[in-house]
Amino acid sequence: MRRALIIDDEPLARMVVMEYLQNFKEIELIQECNDGFEGLKAIQQYQPDLIFLDVQMPKINGFEMLELVENPPAVIFTTAFDEYAIKAFEAHAVDYLMKPFSKERFNKAVEKFLAAAPEKQAQKHTEDLLEAVAAHSPAQHERIVVKTGTKVKIIPVADVDYLMADDDYVSVITKEGSYLKNKTMSFFEQTLDPRQFVRVHRSYIIAIQQITRIDPYEKDAHLAILKSGAKIPVSKTGYVKLKQVLGI
Amino acid sequence: MAIPSSTSKLYGALVACGFLWAALQTYIIHSFGFLWFTASIDGMLSAILLSGACWLINNNLRYYQPGKGSYINLFIWVVALAGICAAGCRYLLPLLNTDKVFINFVIQSLTIRFFINFLAVGWMAMLSLLWYSQLDQKETQKRKNEAEQLARDAELYNLRQQLQPHFLFNSLNSINALIGFKPDEARRMIHQLSDFLRGTLKKDDKQQVPLSEELAHLNLYLDIEKVRFGHRLQTEISCDTKCGAALLPSMLLQPLVENAIKFGLYDTTGDVTVSIRGEIEEHYLVIMVQNPYDPQTSRPKKGTGFGLRGVQRRLYLLFARNDLMETHANDNIFTTIIKVPQL
Repeated sequence: MRRALIIDDEPLARMVVMEYLQNFKEIELIQECNDGFEGLKAIQQYQPDLIFLDVQMPKINGFEMLELVENPPAVIFTTAFDEYAIKAFEAHAVDYLMKPFSKERFNKAVEKFLAAAPEKQAQKHTEDLLEAVAAHSPAQHERIVVKTGTKVKIIPVADVDYLMADDDYVSVITKEGSYLKNKTMSFFEQTLDPRQFVRVHRSYIIAIQQITRIDPYEKDAHLAILKSGAKIPVSKTGYVKLKQVLGI
Repeated sequence: MAIPSSTSKLYGALVACGFLWAALQTYIIHSFGFLWFTASIDGMLSAILLSGACWLINNNLRYYQPGKGSYINLFIWVVALAGICAAGCRYLLPLLNTDKVFINFVIQSLTIRFFINFLAVGWMAMLSLLWYSQLDQKETQKRKNEAEQLARDAELYNLRQQLQPHFLFNSLNSINALIGFKPDEARRMIHQLSDFLRGTLKKDDKQQVPLSEELAHLNLYLDIEKVRFGHRLQTEISCDTKCGAALLPSMLLQPLVENAIKFGLYDTTGDVTVSIRGEIEEHYLVIMVQNPYDPQTSRPKKGTGFGLRGVQRRLYLLFARNDLMETHANDNIFTTIIKVPQL
């Protein structure tokens, strides 16, 4: 028996999946979720084998939810219309259903899931997919979604002071505190708006808006002083980039 | 301006003509009985002066093309340049060759030299004029094409906006679900969707319609959204009969309400009430649209997104005023107010 979740904010959309799923005796539907938050909780609680995931949902979209799941299960995306998402799906061979979809198309997707070997490869696909989406989708440039304990925190990028490498994680530092995100520095370097954020050092990305001044420091190096008082090291190449963006 | 490769080709041709000219003149002078050496000096100097004049006139026309009235200026230029070339020969050749007979010959042939120079420089001027005006025309044509392309793109974008693919496909998906267990509701929704789409296609942007008509159209849209989102979405519409008769540009409210619904439904997770209120104030129809939002995650400035900017732009184009729309954000409620002057 495989266990599945439906995550979609439209009740009727969930009903279609539920109805189509009744044909598959080997799949047990364990829960329906209204949004990404409920979805996240249910995934942690039940560790399902498969999720049907809508892309456009309140507060955090399907991709952002998936970013917060540690070992994502197999995913069949369902979406009505999203150019960015569809491009990403096609590029990464992830199965997706375009609403409204037929029973035949649905069956094909589920049978493909049932036939697939569990599940190392699917996970890799999902990770690649999330990178691709983050690089292109406009929503992901506007906010960073992190998990603090059991809660989900949405940080608008305008609130970010700087980002700092922290072992395998990246610390996102805001006025309110710092949050860990399971991503690399180069991921953020690529996804954040380069006019607003500059990687000034191997381990630091700073928000241009937050800089009050830049002081020389030792040989070839500088220190950027932020409004919050934080002193951020700026490497030689980082200084060149910074000057370019600031136009000095 | 001019395309570099074709310009360099032009200069190449000019230099080749110069050499040809020098050779021809050398031969002619020689045939009058002068030494090859004397003849070739004359030929080369004339050709250099003439090439200089041609280059000058060509360059002039490249950056400045005379209008219809100022061809006389061009004529004067050509005469002056031809004169300078002839004078150059008159005063420079004696410095290079002091032979009395030759100097005499130069002075006697001055008139002919002047006219030949005049013809050559004039010919050059005509060619350049044609060449550069043609380039200019190409450039203009390209710009025109680009502008047309831009207009087409904008039109296409508008069309796509009108169709609202996200809304349309999600509605179809809801109908797909209803067909299974509530066929009557599915049928009703198909009619609502059809009426809404027909209304959208029929609308003329420039037309003024009574508020009651605009609200009836909006209601179709809101009813569909309510089916999609179930109990999460509620709407409050208030507008008395006097207010309902007031006129406003058609489809003005649609983007405002779409925006309110989008923000309400996708920026919060709870139940959402979108309210639309119309009032008559002096000579204005005032319409207020409200929706909940989450100040923690969306910045107020994000509220004036593309849809709202479009409305503001339309109001400006119709009434030439920028103060007809305002937005407020407080207490988790986002408010948009528009004022439509009643003429």
